[in-house]
Amino acid sequence: MSEDHVPGFNTLSIHAGAQPDPTTGARATPIYQTTSFVFEDVDHAASLFGLQAFGNIYTRIGNPTCAVLEERVAALEGGTAALAVASGHAAQLIVMHTLLQPGDEFIAGTQLYGGSINQFNHAFKKFDWHVAWADSTDVSSFEKAVTPKTKAIFIESVANPGGVVVDIEGIAQVARRAGVPLIVDNTLASPYLCRPFEHGADIVVHSATKFLGGHGNSIGGVIVDGGTFNWMREGRYPTLSEPCESYQGMVLGETFGNFAFAIACRVLGLRDLGAALSPFNAFLLVTGIETLSLRMDRHCANAVAVAEFLSSHPKVAWVSYSGLPGDRYHALQQKYCPKGGGAVFTFGVKGGYDAGVKVVSNVQLFSHLANIGDTRSLIIHPASTTHRQLSDQQKTSAGAGPDVIRVSIGIEDKEDIIADLDQALASA
Amino acid sequence: MNHDSYPDAYIREILDSCRVIAMVGASANTVRPSYFVLKYMLEKGYRVIPVNPGQAGKDILGQRVYASLSDIPEPIDMVDIFRASEAADGIVDEALALEPRPKVIWMQLSVRNDEAAAKAEAAGLKVVMNRCPKIEYGRLSGEIAWAGVNRRTVSSKRPVLSGGGFQRLGLGKGRTSN
Ligand SMILES: Cc1ncc(COP(=O)(O)O)c(C=O)c1O
Repeated sequence: MSEDHVPGFNTLSIHAGAQPDPTTGARATPIYQTTSFVFEDVDHAASLFGLQAFGNIYTRIGNPTCAVLEERVAALEGGTAALAVASGHAAQLIVMHTLLQPGDEFIAGTQLYGGSINQFNHAFKKFDWHVAWADSTDVSSFEKAVTPKTKAIFIESVANPGGVVVDIEGIAQVARRAGVPLIVDNTLASPYLCRPFEHGADIVVHSATKFLGGHGNSIGGVIVDGGTFNWMREGRYPTLSEPCESYQGMVLGETFGNFAFAIACRVLGLRDLGAALSPFNAFLLVTGIETLSLRMDRHCANAVAVAEFLSSHPKVAWVSYSGLPGDRYHALQQKYCPKGGGAVFTFGVKGGYDAGVKVVSNVQLFSHLANIGDTRSLIIHPASTTHRQLSDQQKTSAGAGPDVIRVSIGIEDKEDIIADLDQALASA
Repeated sequence: MNHDSYPDAYIREILDSCRVIAMVGASANTVRPSYFVLKYMLEKGYRVIPVNPGQAGKDILGQRVYASLSDIPEPIDMVDIFRASEAADGIVDEALALEPRPKVIWMQLSVRNDEAAAKAEAAGLKVVMNRCPKIEYGRLSGEIAWAGVNRRTVSSKRPVLSGGGFQRLGLGKGRTSN
């Protein structure tokens, strides 16, 4: 294969970032389970610390196993570079730490994972970063929320828990006009279903914990740099455009070209905030990604079958799955995620909160837990768990009202998944 | 040559065949991008000659600095331009007046001057614009992958260690960097 042939998605899922080990020839990605890397000599050490040479120093800042995950996700998303971190939440923290100064604002769509709503409303306030909320289903609400202090816009491509598909291009235009980067959390879609950079996103974040890893065995996060945003214009992002005191006055945005954002997240955010990914987790995540497309196809096909079954079930009040023709978000799904609407969706049980609690208590195959994106089918009643700390109004606007059940459809046989829901609903 | 996207083989051949690089606009300031590139290319075994009238006669990283290309007393293979795009025209003229002529004009990231490029190409030189030789070397050797950068290529071949070290990769293909 010539160097300039652009490999397809499946090939990249298996090969991107992972050549045979240069010293041993090991073909699978080795787990470099080490804290540190010896320097060749004092000069080499100085070059590494000064960011003048490429190489490994200390696993909090970089590790060759984690680097395979980074390049692989960057390749799948079509970004210039990526940074692997300890969790999806760490990815969000490091992105914002790189973009925001105390007093700054960012806009986020309310259709978000409940944990992100908490992080933005409460934890970020302590950094004096302020979230302004917009409605992910209404592009004009983003436009209205822009102020001179706005430094970024944050959305989920496919929103957790409701499976809402968001109009990325519309919101990207708002970001463009405001001169701020659009950050897209692409966790629920994965790059197999949706590629936000092709629709105007500047930064993509992932909870790799979910579909990328795909087996429910490792927490991890990834930040992907789209390479599209000009950080040097107007000096609104001083972390990138101003001389950096802890690197002797280097200007990161000028030194690292179109992957400066990823480098800044690594050499400042990750170095100083410390949320590093373990090489072992990186290995499991990299291995998971090798089968991403196979799993996503099965997840989506099963989800359609389960959603259709639920739609005609007498105890089900409504089903919200963008993969169903007739769903409110079906047109957006066809545009942004044409291969499928993903595996996560919600439905309402007749009988409200109590009936919801019964369904999740009665399942036998589904696991009742607070995760998504596992090979196993998962179920949760957000109002009593993930979204419990939100006000009733926040719960409803986040798609987590009292009767709502969220499922993450696994890749088991669909007949078994349906049979389990059928018996759980029967006894609700 | 299409200057919007270069085949990897084109860049690889340039990095593989050039040994002596004149770097116009090399800075003595240790945090400037030009200093980074100078240092990196030296470590990769290239001879890099800084050109900067303000520093002429001094040394940067042990390399004597010259005021202009024509002052350099030895043949050069490649001119690397770390100056504003407008300045590239005059630098290409100077390069074309050298005897022997360099083989390559390389303009750094964000430096692009299509007229200067056309002139150099008409004279038989190869031209690269809006690219960084450090990034390209790092990409083609695989070193840059340690920084999570997307090399936009896959390979089932083992990367080549260079320089007897373990954290240094080379270009393989006949390259003798040490
Ligand atoms: C869409 C989305 N973003 C971010 C996160 C946070 O990721 P992590 O749990 O890996 O910190 C989650 C986790 O549920 C999520 O679903």
